Amino acid sequence: MKVRVLVSLKPGILDPQGKAVEHGLHGFGFAVEHVRIGRMIDLEVPASGIEEAKAQAQAMCDKLLVNPVMEKAIIEVL
Amino acid sequence: MRVAVPIFPGSNCDHDAMHACCNVMGWDTKPVWHQEKALPEGTDLVFVPGGFSYGDYLRCGAIAALAPIMTDVKRFAAQGGLVLGVCNGFQILCEAGLLPGALLRNESLRFIHKKVHLRTERTNLPFTRAFKPGQVIEVPIAHAEGNFTLDDDGLVELEAQGGVVFRYCGPEGEVAPEFNPNGAENAIAGIVNARGNVLGMMPHPERVVEPAQGGTDGLWLFRSLEG
Repeated sequence: MKVRVLVSLKPGILDPQGKAVEHGLHGFGFAVEHVRIGRMIDLEVPASGIEEAKAQAQAMCDKLLVNPVMEKAIIEVL
Repeated sequence: MRVAVPIFPGSNCDHDAMHACCNVMGWDTKPVWHQEKALPEGTDLVFVPGGFSYGDYLRCGAIAALAPIMTDVKRFAAQGGLVLGVCNGFQILCEAGLLPGALLRNESLRFIHKKVHLRTERTNLPFTRAFKPGQVIEVPIAHAEGNFTLDDDGLVELEAQGGVVFRYCGPEGEVAPEFNPNGAENAIAGIVNARGNVLGMMPHPERVVEPAQGGTDGLWLFRSLEG
């Protein structure tokens, strides 16, 4: 099954990249706020159901994909 | 003193680390490839060097923290062995769970390479026993991800247990925003674990160990280790 993990910085953690992009967008006249940049990881896991696939992806987040000091993840089964 | 320097693909301060330990300090220093499963027999100090291990893929230090040699480094640390991580080495120790916190992108978004002043906050450690309390040293930094962060409770605990060893400061030891190069929480440049045997720091003491390098303030740390 295909699983998508969206990793983003936790609220309150400074995101200088997001700030720089926000500043760039302001330069084009967009009245945009709170730009945050994250990472998308697509996985194919050998699971037979949605819950199993999510559990496998969660275990991967806990072990490696996410640093809980600064990041959080959203797991979607595609 | 017997030193092991783990080398990962992308390490680039390994020779600086070995030069300081071997040629300057005269210690028995061995490079250890990341695929090795065990540190050399009788290792006293593991010096995890700086660089861009595994191209900083995923997060700085995240992949290196999983390398085979790191299992033995963790065992070594758990038995009280001395571990020093500099720059990417600090990031690796955080990712390996040997130190709390994480190193974020510099607040300025830029790679910063310059000399900074550090105030010594702990002098009762094997790494700092030669320092005078509050001593200011001048050491270079060279990083893009050195902005130390930790959750609020963790930060309070770290400060309370004396986990902060070095803080960015001015020439007189004054801690102020203008002397914080990367936006690190509480101007933290280096921390130690609760047991006092694992030190991580972003600045490079191994790059200032002889006059030809433009400074010798890094020797305070190496002489401390000598006892």
